[in-house]
Amino acid sequence: MTVSGETTTALPGGEQPAQVLRPHAEDAFAQELAALAAQDDRPRPPRWKLSPWAVATYLLGGTLPDGTVITPKYVGPRRIVEVAVTTLATDRALLLLGVPGTAKTWVSEHLAAAVSGDSTLLVQGTAGTPEEAIRYGWNYAQLLAHGPSRDALVPSPVMRAMAEGMTARIEELTRIPADVQDSLITLLSEKTLPIPELGQEVQAVRGFNLIATANDRDRGVNDLSSALRRRFNTVVLPLPESVEAEVDIVSRRVDQIGRSLDLPAVPDGIDEIRRVVTVFRELRDGITADGRTKVKSPSGTLSTAEAISVVTNGLALAAHFGDGVLRPGDVAAGILGAVVRDPAADRVVWQEYLEAVVRERDGWTDFYRACREVSA
Amino acid sequence: MTRTGAGVLLLGVRHHGPGSARAVRAALEAARPRIVLIEGPPEADPLIPLAAEEDMRPPVALLAHAVDEPGRSAFWPMAEFSPEWVALRWALDHGVPARFIDLPATHTLAWERDTDGTGRDGDTGPSEPDLRIDPLAVLADTAGYDDPERWWEDVVEHRGLGEGDAYAPFAVVEEAMTALRDAYGSGGHQRDLVREAYMRLQVRAARREAGDDAVAVVCGAWHVPALRRQPTVTADKALLKGLPKTKADLTWVPWTYRRLARAGGYGAGIDSPGWYGHLFAAPDRPVERWMTKVAGLLREEDRLVSSAHVIEAVRLADTLAALRGRPLPGLGETTDAVRAVMCDGSDVPLALVHDRLVVGEVLGEVPSAAPAVPLQRDLDRLQRRLRLRPEAQEREVELDLRGETDAERSRLLHRLRLLGVDWGRRQASRGSTGTFRETWRLRWEPELSVRVAEAGVWGTTVFAAATGRAEADAVAARSLAEVTALAEQCLLAGLSDALPAVMRVLADRAALDADVGHLAQALPALVRALRYGDVRGTDTGALAEVAVGLARRIFAGLPPACAALDADAADEMRRHVDAVHGAVGLLDDTDDGGGTGGTRGRGADGLRPRWYGVLRGLSGRDRVAGVIRGRAVRLLLDGGEVDQDEAARLMGLALSRGTPPADAAAWIEGFVGGGGGGMLLVHDERLLALVDGWLTGVPAEAFTDVLPLLRRTFGAYEPAVRRTLGELVRRGPGRRAGGAPGGSGLPGFAEDLDEGRADAVVPVVRLLLGRAEDGERNEPVGVGT
Repeated sequence: MTVSGETTTALPGGEQPAQVLRPHAEDAFAQELAALAAQDDRPRPPRWKLSPWAVATYLLGGTLPDGTVITPKYVGPRRIVEVAVTTLATDRALLLLGVPGTAKTWVSEHLAAAVSGDSTLLVQGTAGTPEEAIRYGWNYAQLLAHGPSRDALVPSPVMRAMAEGMTARIEELTRIPADVQDSLITLLSEKTLPIPELGQEVQAVRGFNLIATANDRDRGVNDLSSALRRRFNTVVLPLPESVEAEVDIVSRRVDQIGRSLDLPAVPDGIDEIRRVVTVFRELRDGITADGRTKVKSPSGTLSTAEAISVVTNGLALAAHFGDGVLRPGDVAAGILGAVVRDPAADRVVWQEYLEAVVRERDGWTDFYRACREVSA
Repeated sequence: MTRTGAGVLLLGVRHHGPGSARAVRAALEAARPRIVLIEGPPEADPLIPLAAEEDMRPPVALLAHAVDEPGRSAFWPMAEFSPEWVALRWALDHGVPARFIDLPATHTLAWERDTDGTGRDGDTGPSEPDLRIDPLAVLADTAGYDDPERWWEDVVEHRGLGEGDAYAPFAVVEEAMTALRDAYGSGGHQRDLVREAYMRLQVRAARREAGDDAVAVVCGAWHVPALRRQPTVTADKALLKGLPKTKADLTWVPWTYRRLARAGGYGAGIDSPGWYGHLFAAPDRPVERWMTKVAGLLREEDRLVSSAHVIEAVRLADTLAALRGRPLPGLGETTDAVRAVMCDGSDVPLALVHDRLVVGEVLGEVPSAAPAVPLQRDLDRLQRRLRLRPEAQEREVELDLRGETDAERSRLLHRLRLLGVDWGRRQASRGSTGTFRETWRLRWEPELSVRVAEAGVWGTTVFAAATGRAEADAVAARSLAEVTALAEQCLLAGLSDALPAVMRVLADRAALDADVGHLAQALPALVRALRYGDVRGTDTGALAEVAVGLARRIFAGLPPACAALDADAADEMRRHVDAVHGAVGLLDDTDDGGGTGGTRGRGADGLRPRWYGVLRGLSGRDRVAGVIRGRAVRLLLDGGEVDQDEAARLMGLALSRGTPPADAAAWIEGFVGGGGGGMLLVHDERLLALVDGWLTGVPAEAFTDVLPLLRRTFGAYEPAVRRTLGELVRRGPGRRAGGAPGGSGLPGFAEDLDEGRADAVVPVVRLLLGRAEDGERNEPVGVGT
């Protein structure tokens, strides 16, 4: 139950209206939020819908005094949620880092829903995000007809959040071009947004804050300048803590994807899934599961999301070209592709891992052979 | 004074609790007792004045050891924030007598022997926290805490001082402990009853001496209810009857924060001595001061940390504490804040903070007047037993390691060297090069005694200390080569206990070292160590496993590392290839894969075939430097993996027209450079013809470029080989290229053997080889195997 996919989420507890594919957090969990608000007697920071304690409870789950059960939205270290909530309460901006599949977006959405009751003040970061998306734009028809005025101004989600004392969210902050990122710097430190065209400014109302998410192991994106970094408290969302948790996530997602792609059902894949997850975890952590041998880590991220795609791929191979059973050979090529991103350095890492770890492991002989075959 | 007539002042503390220490100081200031009694071994009373000396700096430990058995010992570590230390210093500063009142070490050490002290070197000493985790957990649980340590911190350690009654915290703790003892009795620790009986007797004596109100007792909170009880003297004495005894000696030894932090063993089991030290030393605003310290450390490490960071970190920690419902930010909150604000959410710089600040690197000091450490006694004993007297005059000893005494002497000298006590210096053995002989130059200099005292930190016997030191050195070593050298030393010193730890570090380093050169350097030393181990009968299974693992890693990493190298780097890599080749040969003879390899069989998966596979790959890859390719072919040829025809084909390929002359010359150097290369050319004329043909085809302008390289290659041959080669070349080696390669072909000799003359030599050769006359098979007596 730890994580769901990066942008596609479906966790138990939310009743989904028939019309919308995916309702906002504040709608899906409106009942829980209302119950929390009703029983929350702790002090709330200005314009917060709930007290920090209640926000933490909303994310981590629990049972209220009147018996209302709050489902856990995030199953992971308690510390993470506590630091995140506290950061928002100290009016520092919050930066959630993590590799794909660690529920960054999910956590940010629920935080915004619990704190401000509104998770829609959202800027989607892309390479083409303009400054207008963070500051403000103009309605050119208005501008031409009546000249510059507040009516002609199109506020960004961030600007609206400032004016109303709400929580704004920025997704994929590192994908936004560096010059656009820079417009956040003064905004976060001065808490004002000047509008020189009108000789005005928007001052942030208390309660305003910003949650940004970013993938910390992506390459070829715009790294945050240290000036911007300084304005954020950073929380790194960890990968699933145990093999079991990760196997669970992978097999559930694989099952979902398999059904949506109409792949024939492949039985008994769990051993192979466990193997893929084990290999990913060991290479990622740089140490074997038994804690006895250290291994080098490759340059790829080896996220849970990639493990899911490796297994899905293997399933497709097994269903269409194999005998319908997921075998080591079906996943070996996928693993090789996920691990060896840099052909020179990663290949050595992979070879060493094969020789030093896989070769010695009981019951992994077939897998070792299959890997030797594809990586020869 | 509010406590006239209140009886003995009982100060129940948590050992190493900074809050307890402050409270003890405040209570002593308020009560001004005339005698201070402290939980600790009474034999240490004469050592108390040393605590006031200028060069006594905590953390230190009281060390008790059995005189006849220095390996058996117990420690009472004290940091400046330990309540016991505070009480000790208070008494000394105010001219008040201080006494230790716990059961004498004479008995506690004997107890250990009787129960066959678990683990090594008395790690079940009375220094174990007397505030049992169990009762504490009960209290914490009652208060709704899941972590007993945190509860104690919130309730006792993190309380501010100054306001209110100096005795109040102790009264509260005593009340809680009384309730616990009522419910749990001795808590399953029967020996506590005996210790408490002894303590009660001591308290009684002190009371008679100074009066009821003038005695203060500092002891673990757990004991307070027992000391408050007043059973009869006879009952207490009865408990103490017939205790086992052993002769014990005590001294002060320097201690470190790191050892305080180490759970079990000699450690006091506290996780964060640095943090506690900070809490104790900070006059006010501990969190703000801590964050400033952290920022300072991170700045030293070139991280960008501004005052704004410190401000935000403090705010975050405070708010976090409020969210978690704690009175003050504890270590958990400050750590979370430092991670989120100063470390960009990363655990890497945080590890540094933990290492340097939370645990800390403080090293204690002990005045030179402190009695000798048990290590010195152990050394004296060994010196007497091995008849190896410490003398200022230099002398040389020859050790034959096949004899038990000499082997033990050698081990002692090697162990002392590991401990930094350079009593003996190893000399190159004269006459014999065997591994069973060692020559040492011995000289005892006065400062070596100081070194021995310093080494006392590591253990109470030479063996234990050297083991401890080797393990610590392995962890601290910076390069792979250092660890391999250490492994070698451990084998020489017979420290098989340290070997697993060293091997672990070695395996870890090897796994993470991306430079194949380092691995290749480490392998030969390791294989050498393996052979030493064989000579000395040490168990080297772990070593062999690591060596095989190392070899496999080299096999995986070598091919990419050999590509695109300049001349110097290629030459160095060629040396690595040679070294690995030698090591693989020795290793494969010794063992393959330490057991696990056995299940898969040595056949295609053995080390040597794999190595030849790597060499074959190298020889055929164009991007690999010429000198390495040539060397690979040569090694394959020597190993019989490639026959002469194939070698000639590869050579022809390397020397063909398209190859740049410099590259071809490098190939030649790799192939026929070094020992035996000349004979190869003498014996295989096809190879010589290829070299000759290539050489004459090199254009004039390129010839001067390759000349130095060729000169280096051929200049290293023996004069006789050079002359023969010259003669062959002058005659024109190509001419006879079609002839039988088996013939000697030397000028002045016949084409084939003169069998009659050859047979005449056979009896003498047989005699030389010690073979019986009846040798049926006509075995070749040729060169090379």
